[in-house]
Amino acid sequence: MAVYSAEHYLNRKRLPHLWCAGCGSGIVLGSLTRAMAALGLDREKVVTVTGIGCWGKADDYLNTNAFHGTHGRALSFATGIKAANPELTVIALMGDGDGATIGGNHLIHSARRNIGVTAIVVNNMNYGMTGGQYSATTPHGCITSTSKYGNPEREMDLCALVAVAGANYVGRSTAYHVTQLDSLIKNAISHKGFSFVEVISPCPTHFGRRNKFGVSVGMMKCLKERGLNKAKFGMLAEEEKDKYILLGKLVDRDEPDFNEQYETIRTRVFGSEQGLKG
Amino acid sequence: MERKMVFMQGNEAVAEGAIYAGARFYAGYPITPSSEIAEICSQRLLEVGGIYMQMEDELASMAAITGASLAGKKSLTATSGPGFSLMQENLGMAQAAEVPCVVVDVQRSGPSTGLATKPAQADIMQARWGRHGDQAIIALAPATVQECFELTVKAFSLSERFRTPVVLMPDEIIGHLRESVLLPAPGELEVVERKRYTGDPKAYLPFKPEDDDIAPMADYGSRYVFHITSSMHGYEGYSQNDPDNAAWKIGHLSDKIYNSLDEIIETREFFTEEMELLVITSGSTVRAAHEAVRQARSGGMKAGLLQLITLWPFADSKISELAAGVKSILVPEMNLGQMVHEVRRIVGAEMPVHSLAKSSGQGIEPQEILTKIREVY
Ligand code: SF4
Repeated sequence: MAVYSAEHYLNRKRLPHLWCAGCGSGIVLGSLTRAMAALGLDREKVVTVTGIGCWGKADDYLNTNAFHGTHGRALSFATGIKAANPELTVIALMGDGDGATIGGNHLIHSARRNIGVTAIVVNNMNYGMTGGQYSATTPHGCITSTSKYGNPEREMDLCALVAVAGANYVGRSTAYHVTQLDSLIKNAISHKGFSFVEVISPCPTHFGRRNKFGVSVGMMKCLKERGLNKAKFGMLAEEEKDKYILLGKLVDRDEPDFNEQYETIRTRVFGSEQGLKG
Repeated sequence: MERKMVFMQGNEAVAEGAIYAGARFYAGYPITPSSEIAEICSQRLLEVGGIYMQMEDELASMAAITGASLAGKKSLTATSGPGFSLMQENLGMAQAAEVPCVVVDVQRSGPSTGLATKPAQADIMQARWGRHGDQAIIALAPATVQECFELTVKAFSLSERFRTPVVLMPDEIIGHLRESVLLPAPGELEVVERKRYTGDPKAYLPFKPEDDDIAPMADYGSRYVFHITSSMHGYEGYSQNDPDNAAWKIGHLSDKIYNSLDEIIETREFFTEEMELLVITSGSTVRAAHEAVRQARSGGMKAGLLQLITLWPFADSKISELAAGVKSILVPEMNLGQMVHEVRRIVGAEMPVHSLAKSSGQGIEPQEILTKIREVY
């Protein structure tokens, strides 16, 4: 395995990044590059796929291969790339708008298909780039630029959705719990099949400001206090659970992925000489 | 291997043509009247070492073939009007990022779900203008099952040559037509491969055109690391918003196609010697028009026929050339009048251009065209 530093994966020409002071995106980018370094990935063999949104700019700051696609479709581009060349490490970076709202259908089916892609969804609970409108993960009642009197809709538990849809690996952390985040991302990338990491991340500019979290420090404090591991979360009374965030590895399965299933069928029909070729 | 005479359906010929052209990746969502292409590709791609994927919708299908193409596989999808509408978003992405791939739109009657699944030729303008923003597209329309095969091969070659998606748009009549086809032997039809970069990895600029207007490509996973974006970008493939670059790039996406019309535009003429009336059409309507023009000739009327094989870019100079010698033009088409406006744009207001527009989910019959020829001759 090659030995690289985390900086090896950063595209210095494109830095400094455009994220606001106090935004969690830079922290997740740090975790991602440390995970790549820990795995010794060759940047030639990595394709980072992004959509549109604040976190969707992350590919600019990486010097792996990249595909910055249309809003919500990152997983579909990633699916085509991985299916066509299973040797590649394909990582989709999406926000909650991209990954869970406009792209929710692709999230379900990527997990069901168990395509060998790692999805890292930075969930800042609103559409940061377009001015802080509510998304599918904005908690019910919260104030956003399109729910000034409170969000009438309910938020969605992304990890539960992806788990039930069939992903091999699911984990959740926050921009505060960096050591845990480093290891979840590393394990997700090295895991076979569809792997998913949700990162609850502060958007002080919009979500934090409007919901009186005292911007960046206040939001970090909130993540620190409300993020609980399985054991602690399990001890909470049912009515308390809503106020806390369950963190850590949530699913770890070893089901065959899409390409493996496809090749199994091919081999059954045509024998082993007919590998992926031509 | 020898040439082989077989009896097959238009959609089947599209699938076989794609495999002949080297396509090894298909992603799609079933829709009548194109589903046979998916069904055959699902089986044939497995046999030849390729991959078939059935996606959750057409947005994902178009995205997956774009991704697969950049991973080095010639890729296609097939759909019909409702699905083609959904594909427009990522078709624009493939245009902007200059990704070769083929989209087959077996045209059915709309709008919306429409007359599922009766024939139409009403997606001609959607193919040209369905995406937001300025861009150019190449679109081909077969009129026979033989052409379904050959134009699929050509669609792949043009997409590889010009680094752009190409739309193949048989109408439902052609997609479901069965007739004899002479399958070419391997190597008989030209199969173009994309130009790939071979220089120093550090010097690779994925969007810097060479003398032929096209930037060389690399595959994800090769030693050439590259960045692709749907945003406005410069030679390096990173977003770049300065107006000079934007003006160049937007222009380039059209220029690379419009500067090479001779390579792209294909038409076919029937009875165009000593002609007074020119019929211009495409797809299944060519078959009816051919019979009508033949009968008009035996009735002493000097009618001729121009088949537009390439729908986009439009065959401006061929139409101008033939229009110079005639008294009037007739454009039959299975829609309320789409091509006819292009023809009027080319020949000017002096020339009488008649429309035979039929939008009822039925094909146009030779007798209808002949009656119209008699009326306007
Ligand atoms: S708007 Fe919010 S999510 Fe976007 S960069 Fe600023 S803080 Fe981060």
